[in-house]
Amino acid sequence: MEAIVVENLVKQYPQTLAVDDISFTLEPGRILGLLGGNGAGKTTTISMLLGLLVPTSGRITVLGHDMAHDRFAALARMNFSSPYISLPARLTVVENLRVYGHLYNVPHLARRIEELAAQFNLGPLLNRPAGELSAGQKTRVALAKSLINKPDLLLLDEPTASLDPDTGDYVRSVLEDYRREQNAAILLASHNMAEVERLCDEVLMMKLGKIVDRGTPDALIARYGRETMEQVFLDIARSETV
Amino acid sequence: MNSLRRIFALVYRHVAIYRRSWPRLVEICYWPTLELLIWGFTANFFAHAHASPAALASGALIAGVMLWEVTLRGQLGVTVTFLEEIWSRNLGHLFVSPLRPAELVAALLTVSALRTLVGLFPATIIAYLLYSFNILHLGPVLILFFVNLLIMGWWVALGITSLLFRYGAGAESLAWTIAFGITPFACVFYPVSALPFWLQPVALALPAAHIFEGMRAVLLYHAVDWRNLWQATALNAAWTVIAIAIFSGEFRAARIRGALISIGE
Repeated sequence: MEAIVVENLVKQYPQTLAVDDISFTLEPGRILGLLGGNGAGKTTTISMLLGLLVPTSGRITVLGHDMAHDRFAALARMNFSSPYISLPARLTVVENLRVYGHLYNVPHLARRIEELAAQFNLGPLLNRPAGELSAGQKTRVALAKSLINKPDLLLLDEPTASLDPDTGDYVRSVLEDYRREQNAAILLASHNMAEVERLCDEVLMMKLGKIVDRGTPDALIARYGRETMEQVFLDIARSETV
Repeated sequence: MNSLRRIFALVYRHVAIYRRSWPRLVEICYWPTLELLIWGFTANFFAHAHASPAALASGALIAGVMLWEVTLRGQLGVTVTFLEEIWSRNLGHLFVSPLRPAELVAALLTVSALRTLVGLFPATIIAYLLYSFNILHLGPVLILFFVNLLIMGWWVALGITSLLFRYGAGAESLAWTIAFGITPFACVFYPVSALPFWLQPVALALPAAHIFEGMRAVLLYHAVDWRNLWQATALNAAWTVIAIAIFSGEFRAARIRGALISIGE
């Protein structure tokens, strides 16, 4: 069963066509990159995948559940991380993880929190208020929160933003291991093209609400006659046509 | 069972904040205590300056202050708890978790009930110590008054939360003002008949006006006015259904407009 099936998805706001008839699938154990400049429709697409936003038309099936009618069954088996959504600042890290552990009905929660603390080196931070952490520490806590329920589908928006290169590299390794061990599917929105090249099996390039190209990072680099994904991204972002 | 655990998660999230912050605990108790002190001394003054009817009225005044605080604190308990999620930019995480909207509401109501009980506790003690007024002398019917007034606070809060879904944090000031605006029509300190005849239907459409008529009947005549109590309960049921319908509609509309993503802006 596919982790994500998106069919002819459209989101029309009164003044803007944010997502214009896109279709794609994501298989378990694969990492799909969703790339595009500002206003390309990435956030709108992710919001619809998460059930935060109702599509104007089209269909989204996540882990076999139709998001229009059965989104809570899917939400229990997926998770999300974004540096643009905060965790409650006045709660300590461990309290935040407890809250989300209970929300996702995680069994043996104390043990799961210990595992995540070890995995993301959160031990010294567990009893500190989340609001007092550095940007990089917050990103690590947000990632721990996103793995608390061992999701079959993980949606990540800029997962290594604010992390130093060493920690960023470590987090990418954690994500690769997690994908392999859990056979989890990951949808990744990122502006870090080196990260995309390293992690993604396939990339969707979005512009003005449409998917304008897709393929493996190597295939896209070859198709555009470039050396890096960064150059491919710039070619697409600066081209006149959609 | 999973549903109860999700509700517990959100209650735990808010209790954890209060457990660690004494200024927040003081804030919960501050207004009920202040209101009681102002009205309590005023009532005492009239009771000592005049004869026994004024003394009876002073008891009704103190009881009115304390019971109306149940509605005000109940409403604020829901809306402030919801606003906490907006202020901490946490709604995005909550709405992409398996937490159902009904469970969110159940958690908000639970936190509101806890805040109301904690907030009114010092006022109850002060009323007894300073004014020799024991609210428990209202008898078992006090529980029915309390529950009805709390439910009224809750449906008002659901209406305000619906406005937050529609207008975002820009509607925040309504959270602090709407229930206070209802006070003149709730007939807390005077009977419904004291209002101009054309305003009386407005008061009679509110459960609070019936509860306070019932409260005065207990204090002045030592009689439980079951008719008013039933009317209050029926009105609460009707207003709650309307509030739930508005809340559900606004939540659905917010998901269509994308307002759940930008509600804090």
